[in-house]
Amino acid sequence: MALNQVELGHTNELPGQDREAIVIPSRTKEMALKAGLGLTLILAMTFIALPVVSLFVKSPLDATLRSLYDPVVMDALKLSLMTSTLTTLTVVLMGTPIAYVNARFHYFGRDIADSLIDLPVIMPPAVAGIALLMAFGRMGILGHYLNAFGFGIAFTTLAVIIAQVFVSSPFYIRQAKTSFEDVDTAFEDAARTLGASRVYTFFHVILPIASNGLISGAIMAFARSLGEFGATIMFAGNFQGRTQTMPLAIYTAMQGDLNVSLCLAIILVIISFVVIALVKMLTRRVYKNVRD
Amino acid sequence: MIEKRIFAVVIAVLVLATSASYAQESKEITAFTAASLTGAFTEIGQMYKNETNISVVFNFDGSQVLRTQIENGAYADIFVSANTKQMNLMKNEGFMNNSSITVFTRTKPVIIVPKDNPAKIQSISDLAKPGLKIVIGTKDVPIGDYTLQILAKLANDSAFGPGFTKKVMANVVSNETNVNYITSKVALGEADAGFAYKSDVTKDLASKITKIEIPDKYNVIAEYPMGILKQSKYPAQAQEFINLVKSDKGMAVLEKYGFEPVISPAVSVKAASNATAPKATA
Repeated sequence: MALNQVELGHTNELPGQDREAIVIPSRTKEMALKAGLGLTLILAMTFIALPVVSLFVKSPLDATLRSLYDPVVMDALKLSLMTSTLTTLTVVLMGTPIAYVNARFHYFGRDIADSLIDLPVIMPPAVAGIALLMAFGRMGILGHYLNAFGFGIAFTTLAVIIAQVFVSSPFYIRQAKTSFEDVDTAFEDAARTLGASRVYTFFHVILPIASNGLISGAIMAFARSLGEFGATIMFAGNFQGRTQTMPLAIYTAMQGDLNVSLCLAIILVIISFVVIALVKMLTRRVYKNVRD
Repeated sequence: MIEKRIFAVVIAVLVLATSASYAQESKEITAFTAASLTGAFTEIGQMYKNETNISVVFNFDGSQVLRTQIENGAYADIFVSANTKQMNLMKNEGFMNNSSITVFTRTKPVIIVPKDNPAKIQSISDLAKPGLKIVIGTKDVPIGDYTLQILAKLANDSAFGPGFTKKVMANVVSNETNVNYITSKVALGEADAGFAYKSDVTKDLASKITKIEIPDKYNVIAEYPMGILKQSKYPAQAQEFINLVKSDKGMAVLEKYGFEPVISPAVSVKAASNATAPKATA
């Protein structure tokens, strides 16, 4: 429908027609455009909402609530929240300086560094898992030495966090870099001329202005960690309470009982949603305070 | 302009190539096959293609994963399971053409360790040494199910006892969802030991993995059933494939990969002469 209207608008615009004839079709064209956009929006929303809604429709509510008492579910839930939180903290602490440096300073090889930071995003998780094993595994390039000191990483909770940091850090660093780039250097210069130190300027001028972007970057990293599956199952293995995060528990449960895995999936969806909504609300308040 | 034209040509070639390959593979049968049969069935599938010009598309994974996929609407002509449990579930749910189901091969679980054997494991009793890293299957994947059965037998034996099994379980660092993940973690040297099928230690893996046999009185025999699904569009071709697997030629391939033949009498004599399992003729 919408497409047809757009095409009609086009044919009316053929050269040789008088001005008024062009004005009216352009209005139809605009309406057609609006209708088209609206339709696309509805389709996109349905496309995302339908699978999520189906999860809820297909799973029995009482069983879902009961499964909260299942040790498998509780262990996976605790582990997922714990590792994703630690991952996000690590990514923010490590990523913020990197993002700031890459946003403000030019140095030799910066483009290469930038591309390297983005690399885990385009790496299939399975590839990330193998790569991590080759580096930190018992026979790995670095893991080989660590193991000599009796420090094994594979199959531990630390391995889960390493896998999550590896795959989620680009989401934060990218967003943080853009946020720092958007901070007008005039504010920085003003603070500096008023005698503020570089460090003081960073914490009291730049960081508050960029905070909105930084927090949304951190949410993205948290969400990516919460959903991490491929690299974790290859590098950290699958063990209840130690390395079996929610996605791994969902996958494992699906092989025995689809209902259990449905329940787990719903819990994960709700928690992800609540966390994201909470952080967004919090951000808005912090941001408002800063502006006031 | 030239770039645009090149782009168009590339697209056209891609479209043609995909449609051509689709046209070529118009007749194919799909076999959902237990992961432990990856090597052997790939070879038998090639044989079938050479003979009939029909290709077999395989989906190799843990039998329980394959079952879940079929239950949720995946299309398959043949289901090949690594234990009778998963096949029976499919049968009871009415997915199988029951008369087509046949047990065609057997294998035994073994303990596998990396070639350099860092934990110096020589026999099953070494698995209780504290601090080992052992990988086993989840309780749903056949190899995991068999492993738990073996551990239960050991727990009931006075020479080992429940304390032994507890110590072994304490060393388990990961529950893998299919047997190939177990062999790869041991081959990589990440784990000190694992439970897999004897037939999993293929030629490629033999340079990286050592097998340690489990005494027969503690071991179980893994039986592999295969059958045609009711939904199959090509039941006759699927039956031909099953016949090929059960023929001397098919059995020879399975034997090469360390499986014990079940059906063909000519081959089972050979298996008996290996004298590894007296149950092979049972």
